[in-house]
Amino acid sequence: MDGANNLLFIIAITPFIGALLPGIMIRAGRATCATFAAAPTVLALAMLAVLTPDVMAGNVIQAEVNWLPQLGLSASFFLDGLGLLFAGMILGVGLLIIIYARYYLSPEDPMGQFYTYLLLFQGAMLGIVLSDNILLLLIFWELTSLSSFLLIGFWKHLPEGRQGARMALAVTGSGGLAMIGGMLILGNIVGSYNLTDILAAGDIIKASEWYLPALILILLGAFTKSAQFPFHFWLPHAMAAPTPVSAYLHSATMVKAGVFLMARMWPALAGTPEWFYIVATTGLITMVIGALIALFKDDLKALLAFSTVSHLGLLTMLLGFGTKLAAVVAVFHIINHLTFKATLFMTAGIIDHETHTRDIKALGGLRKLMPITFVIGTVAALSMAGIPLFNGFLSKEMMLEEASHTVWAGSHHAVPILATVGALLSVAYSFRFIVHVFFGPVRDDYPSKPHDPPVGMWLSPALLMVLVVVIGVLPAAIVGPLVAVAGEAVIGGGKMPYYSLKIWHGITPALYMSIIAIIGGLLLLAMHRPLDRLWNALPRPEAKAMFDALVAAMASLSRTITETLHTGAISRYLSIFVVATVALGLIAASGSSLPPVTREMLPVPGVVLIGWVVLITAIGSVFFMHRSRFRALVMIGVIGLMISSGFVYLSAPDLALTQISVETVTIMLLLLALHFLPKDTPIESSRALRIRDGVIALIGGVGVAAMTYAFLLRDVSTISDYHLANAKTGGGGTNVVNVILVDFRGYDTYGEIIVLGVAGLIIFAVMEALLNGPAARRLRNMDYSQDRSRDRHPLMMVIATRLLMPIAVLVGAYIFLRGHNQPGGGFVAGLIISIALLMQYMASGFAWAQARQKMEYHGMIGWGVVIAGLTGTAAWLFGAPFLTSTFGYFHFPPIEEFELASAMAFDLGVFLAVLGAVMLMLYSLSRIARFAGETVNVEPMDYDPTNRVELLKEDD
Amino acid sequence: MELLVATAVGALTAGGIYLTLRKRAFTVIIGLALLSYAVNVFLFASGGLAVDMPPILSKYGEQAYTDPLPQALVLTAIVISFGMTAVLVMVSLGAYFETQSDRVDMDEAPEDVEENTP
Repeated sequence: MDGANNLLFIIAITPFIGALLPGIMIRAGRATCATFAAAPTVLALAMLAVLTPDVMAGNVIQAEVNWLPQLGLSASFFLDGLGLLFAGMILGVGLLIIIYARYYLSPEDPMGQFYTYLLLFQGAMLGIVLSDNILLLLIFWELTSLSSFLLIGFWKHLPEGRQGARMALAVTGSGGLAMIGGMLILGNIVGSYNLTDILAAGDIIKASEWYLPALILILLGAFTKSAQFPFHFWLPHAMAAPTPVSAYLHSATMVKAGVFLMARMWPALAGTPEWFYIVATTGLITMVIGALIALFKDDLKALLAFSTVSHLGLLTMLLGFGTKLAAVVAVFHIINHLTFKATLFMTAGIIDHETHTRDIKALGGLRKLMPITFVIGTVAALSMAGIPLFNGFLSKEMMLEEASHTVWAGSHHAVPILATVGALLSVAYSFRFIVHVFFGPVRDDYPSKPHDPPVGMWLSPALLMVLVVVIGVLPAAIVGPLVAVAGEAVIGGGKMPYYSLKIWHGITPALYMSIIAIIGGLLLLAMHRPLDRLWNALPRPEAKAMFDALVAAMASLSRTITETLHTGAISRYLSIFVVATVALGLIAASGSSLPPVTREMLPVPGVVLIGWVVLITAIGSVFFMHRSRFRALVMIGVIGLMISSGFVYLSAPDLALTQISVETVTIMLLLLALHFLPKDTPIESSRALRIRDGVIALIGGVGVAAMTYAFLLRDVSTISDYHLANAKTGGGGTNVVNVILVDFRGYDTYGEIIVLGVAGLIIFAVMEALLNGPAARRLRNMDYSQDRSRDRHPLMMVIATRLLMPIAVLVGAYIFLRGHNQPGGGFVAGLIISIALLMQYMASGFAWAQARQKMEYHGMIGWGVVIAGLTGTAAWLFGAPFLTSTFGYFHFPPIEEFELASAMAFDLGVFLAVLGAVMLMLYSLSRIARFAGETVNVEPMDYDPTNRVELLKEDD
Repeated sequence: MELLVATAVGALTAGGIYLTLRKRAFTVIIGLALLSYAVNVFLFASGGLAVDMPPILSKYGEQAYTDPLPQALVLTAIVISFGMTAVLVMVSLGAYFETQSDRVDMDEAPEDVEENTP
């Protein structure tokens, strides 16, 4: 990757990194904050300038970093003419807006936040125009929706701002969803998600039967973003945003994203009748409707918003024509619209800022009060109207020229006439902006006495105004090369059509249409007052009401569905789940046939049969006696024991050890819980319900049994031979199960001890929450006294557990140490030591034992995870991957030769985490008991024989 | 032998399903315990049953071993299912203390969160 490519990456990430700065810099003052917001933009712009000569020479700069090439995911960027045009617009206007916003925002507004959002948006927008991967493009596309949501809703205290932001997000977000579908189809047709590949595969795409679905879905995304009819309604509501946002997002960048996408995809998708009728028609309708509504809007920004809708329609229509010339004209108009519309928005912002109103009917006569603003606004509005010598005229002429020979469904007149009507309306609202705001008598009822703003505020629009004029007079010299290179990128290579950027094209149909538009527009404006009354009297569909009704209907529908399905009855969910699982299993099994049996049945010795009978009896007992909870618990213990014995018999000593110790702690846990819970379960379900559940259970059980049986009689391929072969040589242990746990699959084990530790902490946290909540009072008032034995800490048990303690610890240590080579290991050892400790708790009571226990269980979990992790990372010091283990044999006389493996340190971590987690769980439960009025015994046992004499005396 | 294991797994599953469909937390927890036995034994058995072939490598000559991988997976599964049971027990205890009932089903639909459309 050479320097130019690196630079492209840096340009793409600069705004995102820069977004971090303003939020911090606001502490240093507003000016500093604005400077630090401008800095990344200037930087990116400078880097773009470095790349510009290369792109202008016709080269395409590409940069790619593979991420998941198998899925077609890569961070790839490219910069061609179209990308350069848009990147320049985004960064250039961005810079002007940053300067403008510095003066526009009031001291109460959180400026740091504003600039952070703005730069985030800038980065997202830049990402869209630079992406060379459509999946990456989609991510940036959604990012613009999100960051614009933050920007539109920037004034959180205004309900219009919040509603506008939500509406914009809902509309553009759902369009984005549709686009994801379209892009995926497109990628599937081409077999690549690379934009460059897709653009080169236009013929394949257009021939595919999936072309139309993909086209419609992608266009939905583009139309919603670019506010095309019938999705145009969100844009005016988004005007609740601060004016710099409107100027940036809603004239220059975000709404152009849809147009950009259509231009980008032009070589791949355009040129078919479907494209023409969908895109050109939508554009045409949007252009006329937008212009018509704009004429009757009294809010300055709403007028501009609908005029933007209209101009976006114009661009869409041009791209929809599908001819190369029209596409080039669209590129030219993108530049022109950007310059005059951003200027107008900023002018509107200035007027709002100075007069405190945007209502055209409350304005007028500002020409004398705000001369600078007047000049700026008028020039831009004249350009919007399409008056010669300003740039809007040039592209409008070319648009009318294109429209004049476009045939729509056999009609030669439909498009030219409607395009002229659009232009006519455009003249009318542009002049309305000039005449009704700046001309007329000076009024004395402005909400605030207006005058021109400080230079910082009018500088940005003034710069753009200069561009409007310069391009208007010398189009070919100023933007000719840029239009050429961007236009070439849009049409995707091939011969450029003939066009010339100049003011006078001779007497053409377009000239007549222009003249009609200007005269008609002025006439229309002269009749504005009666027309306005008529307009207001006519019933019109109100988009916001319809949208709100739609949202409310969808919300109530989803609420109905949720409430129907989500009744809060877990037993219902579970039965649906079980039935569905069994049904799926049956469906899967019905169509297939089983491979032949390859394993012979093992013989059944008598003792195994007895064990099986005990197990089945115990299960049956749980089933029939589950209402009596203590008995069920005893039977659970029996089941666990039988399963452990089964593990012993079937060559799984490690499992047997684990199962039997887990069994012990589980039963203790459930016993502790049962102490608080009701001891019996009442009959609540009807007989029919119980029979139904029984049938479900029976079907599930038979299904699983059949599956297990079928499974057991057939050989399966396994990767275990590898583990068996390498356990000793690679892992240094003969207990293959342990080696798998601490070595081959150490990462899994590492995750598992973390999960266990988290479970312990959850239990602790729940307990803390309970004891500090309303439940605590209830707990204190519970009366457990009648359950209690008079001899709660019997002599025999205390003595026996005291004796057992060191033995149990020794056994635990032994099991731990031999774990690598013989059955045992950290899991089992941790459980054994927990049991040894638990016996002390049981014998002498929780408080007594806790007072003698100095270690924190939380810490133990933490240390366990840390030790295991450190052992794993130690491998890095030797240049090996995480959790690579090593081992060696040592011989210190008189001890026999023994082995030390790094895996043992890992196992120590496992041991500590298991011990800590298990103890923390039981500790938490016991603490509740303590809270519930459990008394603290000072002595280890209730009846100490050495105190017998005194006790007897007391009794007397 | 295979038949015995299969029927045992089936019986554990059936019992587990029936008990998890009950309406009281404690019974559901016991049902889940039965189900985890069933799943663990099934996973273990998927390696094939073998007698007297523990996966402890022998120093003396060639010997056949049973499949160690399912054993390692089940070993951690046993410990994790203990953790899961413990969390469930604690949560249901909390619910019991708060509501004075250990029913798992909610009696009525949850109250709607206040609509906050401005």
